[in-house]
Amino acid sequence: MRRSGFLFTALAFGYAFLYVPILLLIIYSFNESRLVTVWSGWSTRWYGELLQNDQMLSAAGLSLRIAAVTATFAVALGTIAGLTLARFGRFRGRTLFSGMITAPLVMPEVITGLSLLLLFVSMEQLIGWPGGRGATTITIAHITFATAYVAVIVQSRLVGLDESVEEAALDLGAKPAKVFFVITLPIISPALIAGWLLAFTLSLDDLVIASFVSGPGSSTLPMVIFSSVRLGVTPEVNALATVIIVIVTTGILTAGVIMSRHERRRQRDRQLAEGGADGEPARAT
Amino acid sequence: MSRKGFLPLGDRMTEGQMPMHLPATALLRWLQRLAYRLGIRGRGLVIAVPYLWLLLFFLVPFAIVLKISLSEALIARPPYSPLFEWVEGMYLEIRVNFGNYLFLLDDSLYAVAYLNSLKIALISTLLCLLIGYPMAYAIATADPAWRSSLLMLIILPFWTSFLIRVYAWIGILKQNGLLNNLLINLGLIEEPLAILYSDLAVYIGITYSYLPFMILPLYATLERLDRSLLEAAADLGCRPFKAFLTITLPLSLPGILAGSLLVFIPAVGEFVIPELLGGPDTLMIGKVLWNEFFTNRDWPVASAVAIALLLFLVIPIMAFQYLQGRQQEARR
Repeated sequence: MRRSGFLFTALAFGYAFLYVPILLLIIYSFNESRLVTVWSGWSTRWYGELLQNDQMLSAAGLSLRIAAVTATFAVALGTIAGLTLARFGRFRGRTLFSGMITAPLVMPEVITGLSLLLLFVSMEQLIGWPGGRGATTITIAHITFATAYVAVIVQSRLVGLDESVEEAALDLGAKPAKVFFVITLPIISPALIAGWLLAFTLSLDDLVIASFVSGPGSSTLPMVIFSSVRLGVTPEVNALATVIIVIVTTGILTAGVIMSRHERRRQRDRQLAEGGADGEPARAT
Repeated sequence: MSRKGFLPLGDRMTEGQMPMHLPATALLRWLQRLAYRLGIRGRGLVIAVPYLWLLLFFLVPFAIVLKISLSEALIARPPYSPLFEWVEGMYLEIRVNFGNYLFLLDDSLYAVAYLNSLKIALISTLLCLLIGYPMAYAIATADPAWRSSLLMLIILPFWTSFLIRVYAWIGILKQNGLLNNLLINLGLIEEPLAILYSDLAVYIGITYSYLPFMILPLYATLERLDRSLLEAAADLGCRPFKAFLTITLPLSLPGILAGSLLVFIPAVGEFVIPELLGGPDTLMIGKVLWNEFFTNRDWPVASAVAIALLLFLVIPIMAFQYLQGRQQEARR
């Protein structure tokens, strides 16, 4: 019993450590005073000012557009990469390939940012593309590191999966591409949703890489937040932070609920497939 | 296996797939024809797309960083000298300049920054482990009904903006911030503590931001741990604490290593946290690289700093890849 008391305390402390700063941030976004740390009454004044801040709004628009394109491309590339690693066995250059998937997960952002910038500059010298830097170069940079995350998610989903259904379909004469679209893709769809969301938030969140590869006139939201935070804590940033936290949390929780429901249905189907007839009521939904 | 049992599974899939099935196969057929004309078999084509993308945008850039680290800074666009040059269109002249690396060795600022980064990353990793291990253990041994919710609560902060979570600590740790106000009101201290803009704030920031990265791999290994081993130990009269030290801890070592590397490697090159929470004397190499690039506009020296940092990290990164590969094998 003493042991579980210790574990409970550790857990409570850990969650408090994770959540108290975020909660304080949210509470103080409703603070009337301009001095962020002095409480002077409830107010939604800073949310109003946020709506007036054109610079932040246009930066948010740019960031959302980049994030949506990034997530879509990263899911396409990452799915292929994850599939390759999980299902294609050995092929020439596999070690290099898996290295290029895992390294971006831990690579310090300053290195990735600098190296991509130098690549873009060299490419522009050599072939004249990309002409200048901006949203396009940021998107390419984001796709590159987000692909690695998606690939890892898809790969671990596929590795934990029974291959027999796919093999059965192949044995019955289905073409590999058909097997992929009809069998593999639906099974890994929760991983694809998770991967898309992760790529989206990673892109939305990135400051360092975007700072390196962006050009004049294309400031993303984190870049604008960063430059205003450097000048000091402002209640407007608190309000913006609250908006972001609320949107992200709702999105993630919704996706989580949908995915766990999907997972439960899949488990039930499998039980039906394995166990046989006594699972009748389960099909009612 | 009964045929009847298989049917519902098949039904649901075809019915769910109909709308996206048609354009997808059309596209696929087109790609197949294209590949045949180019003489690439289906599989090779599938691998080629992400492979080429990562080669071009992940691997080639490092070669360019290496190249530019060997050039000289110029006041030009781009601000560095070419490494290869055709002399009169006949000879290829290669001008290699190790000056940037010698400069890094010469100025003690860089050595101090590298060592300080390693120190800060190491201490933060240990703090993450100290806080994360009991949490991961508690979640892994919790009631299965609760487990996914508890895990969700760990992952959730990781999804919300990193920058904003670091920013939240400024308001807390400031001279007249929430923590100091609280401690003064409680009568625990007289003078406000100067935590913000110190190394301590950087430790707190890194630990806070990277904690989920530590907990998740730890949880993954602890959850798979065979409980019957602990029961056997208990039956044979082993005390719980000793059983933990001799069974649980060694078996969770892969998780400890994976989590530690996942925290340590990015923390060494961290820029945002030392910039926002650290003081002027909190030297970290990520900050040095950033200033070299954005303030001094010395691209060759910034590249040399990046290459040197990469050399520090090659071994940890390879260790991480090895662990990652082994973990995927184990799940097979």
